[in-house]
Amino acid sequence: MTHALDIFTVVAVSAGSFFFMAGTVGLLRFPDTMTRLHALTKVDNLGLGLIVVGLLPRAEGLLGALKLLSVWIFVQLSGAIVSQLIAHVARREGRQT
Amino acid sequence: MAMANFLFGAAAFVLVMLALGLLSILRGPSDVDRMLSAQLIGTGGVAVLLLLAVVTDMPSIADVALMLALLAPFAAVAFLRDASSSQIKSPNASDRT
Repeated sequence: MTHALDIFTVVAVSAGSFFFMAGTVGLLRFPDTMTRLHALTKVDNLGLGLIVVGLLPRAEGLLGALKLLSVWIFVQLSGAIVSQLIAHVARREGRQT
Repeated sequence: MAMANFLFGAAAFVLVMLALGLLSILRGPSDVDRMLSAQLIGTGGVAVLLLLAVVTDMPSIADVALMLALLAPFAAVAFLRDASSSQIKSPNASDRT
């Protein structure tokens, strides 16, 4: 049973790290601000989510697991709001030039 | 033990991806892109801290991750206030300078 949980952790954390790599590549390679925003706000939150899910079996008790989940949910909420605000400014700057 | 090494390696990998993401602060081209890179540090930093909290068996590091998740949107909001006060006023932000 612990073996299965270890494999689950390895798979989820590896996938999360992969998505962080994808987010960085997108940030550096995509052609304009909107696509870079797209790469960053979606892919990185997915990477963080996978890492959190992978760490859940190793959390210290129920409270530790809940704290991991709450960190993730908080990042989700703030990331969603901030990405909308950044897109608003980026669109106005684009209209100006 | 092997698991701790794996998680430590994952934390180092995500950290390297964050460092690569910092390149976009140098490249720009616009301030919005630089802000995106700071956003990447927010999300990725939380992931690194959560991984380290499990690896080093110090649950209090998860609280540090929570603090970082709290402070990252403040940086973005400060940037957006600055950006919106230096631009042409939009109709729904007319009385907020």
